[in-house]
Amino acid sequence: MFYRENGQYKTSYGADLALFPVVQDRWAMLALALAAFVAIPLLASNYAFHAVLIPFSILAMAAIGLNVLVGYCGQISLGTGAFMAVGAYAAFNLQARIDGMPLLLALLGGGAAATLCGVLFGIPSLRIRGLYLAVATLAAQFFVDWFTNRVAWVTNDSASGSVSVGTLSMFGYALETPAQKYLLCAALLAVAAVLARNLARGAIGREWMAMRDMDVAASVIGIRPVHAKLTAFAVSSFIVGVAGALWGFVHLGSWEPAAFGIDKSLQLLFMIIIGGLGSIAGSFFGAAFIVLLPLLLNHVPHWFGLPLSTATAAHLEHMIFGALIVFFLVVEPHGLARLWATGRQKLRLWPFPH
Amino acid sequence: MFHRKFALTAALAAAGMAAFIAPAPAQAQAAEQFVPLLVYRTGQFAPLGIPWADGKQDYLKLVNARDGGVNGVKLAFEECETAYDAAKGVECYERLKGKGTGASGFDTQSTGITFAVTDKAFADKVPVVTPGYGLSQSVDGTVFQWNFPLLGTYWTAADVMVQDIAKKEKGNLKGKKIALVYHDSPYGKEPIPLLQKRAAADGFELSLFPVTPPGVEQKSTWLQIRQQRPDYVLFWSAGVMTPAGIREAQASGYPREKIYAIWWAGSDHDVKDLGAGAKGYNAITIHNSAAMDKVHEELKKHVYDKGQGTGAAGSVGSLAHTRGMMISMLQVEGIRVAQERFGKGKTLTPEQVRWGMENLDLNADRLKALGFGQIMRPVKTTCANHMGNDWARIVQWNGSKWDMKSDWYQADQKHILPLVQELSAKYAKDKNITPRSCS
Repeated sequence: MFYRENGQYKTSYGADLALFPVVQDRWAMLALALAAFVAIPLLASNYAFHAVLIPFSILAMAAIGLNVLVGYCGQISLGTGAFMAVGAYAAFNLQARIDGMPLLLALLGGGAAATLCGVLFGIPSLRIRGLYLAVATLAAQFFVDWFTNRVAWVTNDSASGSVSVGTLSMFGYALETPAQKYLLCAALLAVAAVLARNLARGAIGREWMAMRDMDVAASVIGIRPVHAKLTAFAVSSFIVGVAGALWGFVHLGSWEPAAFGIDKSLQLLFMIIIGGLGSIAGSFFGAAFIVLLPLLLNHVPHWFGLPLSTATAAHLEHMIFGALIVFFLVVEPHGLARLWATGRQKLRLWPFPH
Repeated sequence: MFHRKFALTAALAAAGMAAFIAPAPAQAQAAEQFVPLLVYRTGQFAPLGIPWADGKQDYLKLVNARDGGVNGVKLAFEECETAYDAAKGVECYERLKGKGTGASGFDTQSTGITFAVTDKAFADKVPVVTPGYGLSQSVDGTVFQWNFPLLGTYWTAADVMVQDIAKKEKGNLKGKKIALVYHDSPYGKEPIPLLQKRAAADGFELSLFPVTPPGVEQKSTWLQIRQQRPDYVLFWSAGVMTPAGIREAQASGYPREKIYAIWWAGSDHDVKDLGAGAKGYNAITIHNSAAMDKVHEELKKHVYDKGQGTGAAGSVGSLAHTRGMMISMLQVEGIRVAQERFGKGKTLTPEQVRWGMENLDLNADRLKALGFGQIMRPVKTTCANHMGNDWARIVQWNGSKWDMKSDWYQADQKHILPLVQELSAKYAKDKNITPRSCS
């Protein structure tokens, strides 16, 4: 009833190509954007910014990047943490070594460095696929772990191997309050989401999906595997690299190589599997699930004043979280995004289903 | 049917989100001073983290039960699990920093978390108390206003170890080979600059052996050590890495008497299961490891006998537990000093507690009254010196307990001071901090 598309005619090519063809969707998106860019910065508490919103937006961005590669192009990657690390360390070096480097340029530079690294480690994908490729990208993870740990100039010769960034500023304004930092992350996230969505539904995205669904058939009809796979690696690593730079610069402030270890790679892979492969909304759902749920579980005993010991609460959190992952994958193997799509479909008929 | 379920799920999710996003309602607080407890009771360092966390909490409970708090101000506390993970630690820090009248000071229990939190502490004005760990250059209180690496840093520890080795070698280290086996993280890398300086000054040869965390796999490291036969091994390890390393040393026949471990690798749980296998293993300590003092008796009487103890009664008196109590004691004394200045019986802001931490003066009598007389040496902090006095000594495991092997040492400031100054100046420059004047 509320979600009915009757009478919405597409009368121009532009309307047919619109990002959100349904009016209700457009309004919902507008409301969401208003909430994200106006309401939340005004209302949210400090804790919400630092512990919830900033990590969520950064990881959602990284998940979008990974989804381009895994969800749209079908190339499984276990090296996401490595590409994040490359982005973060490259951005750090740009800022540390070049005086007066603008923050945005440093972040994008981090993305560019990650792109190079991603394309390099994407080359094996031309010969191997599936699980074997996953193992090959694992090599990227280990290599970058080793590189950031052992090569002194990467950390600007920091004795402890840990690096830290100075004050952040953009266009002459210092980014000090958590709301400002959040807005930076949210803006970049929005750009990444629109970019990925538009790429995915354009010619290049069709190439990726053809490659994902059957690479032999795709190359028979004239899609160049080299081009399709490497562009997917490039776009994916760029977004992941910028997310990594944000993770280091905005969320942690100072970090050590362990911040971008194999755990991060697996965490991101779980995010898109649970959220939904090949869906931008799925990246958001997945990031929300992985970032927010443990926090929520962690807070629950406090809200009810349960006298649980810290260790018990931590173990319970892991157990419940694991159980929920299994539950959601059993109920909806295509991820939370599919659950959402089903819900939308039902809403179209509500309240008079046939 | 589906709709109802769907709507319910959506509503629940929205409610959950709202609870997160909305600012927590201000609660009416009784006069309580909030002490945040960052702990790791899970993860690779849990064997160390559990008694440490128990000790921290036990001492706060003791102060509440025995004295009714600090001048009548009860100590409130809340634990937050970090699992030694920097991102989780940051979340805990954000969660606890504003509780009550503000967090009295964070003992992060991790070098990585300390790095991340130090930057934020400048903006949030919250003390970061890191006794025996943290950033070694944060001794300089002119730059690191909010950091308190009380009683010692990894640089002073490394220096004292070299001093003890020099004593065994009759003062001449020329041509000796010293190896550093370390947890490959900021924690393990922290002593390297100091050791390099000392190697150049004393003429010994330093070789570095990083161990990939968590450090359960060290066979190749110790085989290399067997090959190179260093005269001494400095062992910068923690958690599960420690017993694994000692076991490998035993397997490859490297004498345990030649191993010097940092204080986090020198607790009872590290060697107890190995028993005689770890005999001769040396560790440095910032306190009299073996000693049980009045504070232990009082803890038993006021807390454990009433069934209020945090951990198992058996862990009371173990090194990590005692150290946890000591850390809480230093924080509580900081609060007490600050109360004398800003009003007895009042709750304090973190900024006021910081003043207290900076003006700590625990002399021998005071320590005795607190029940720590036999455990530690007097300590006095100043505006410029946030470490206080870095007394440390060497203990040795005799197969069933720790024996005191050396007298108290102090690090040689000749090597440490220039490093502190150099690196804290660099930090100030990187972060645009103008060092304050302490005169």
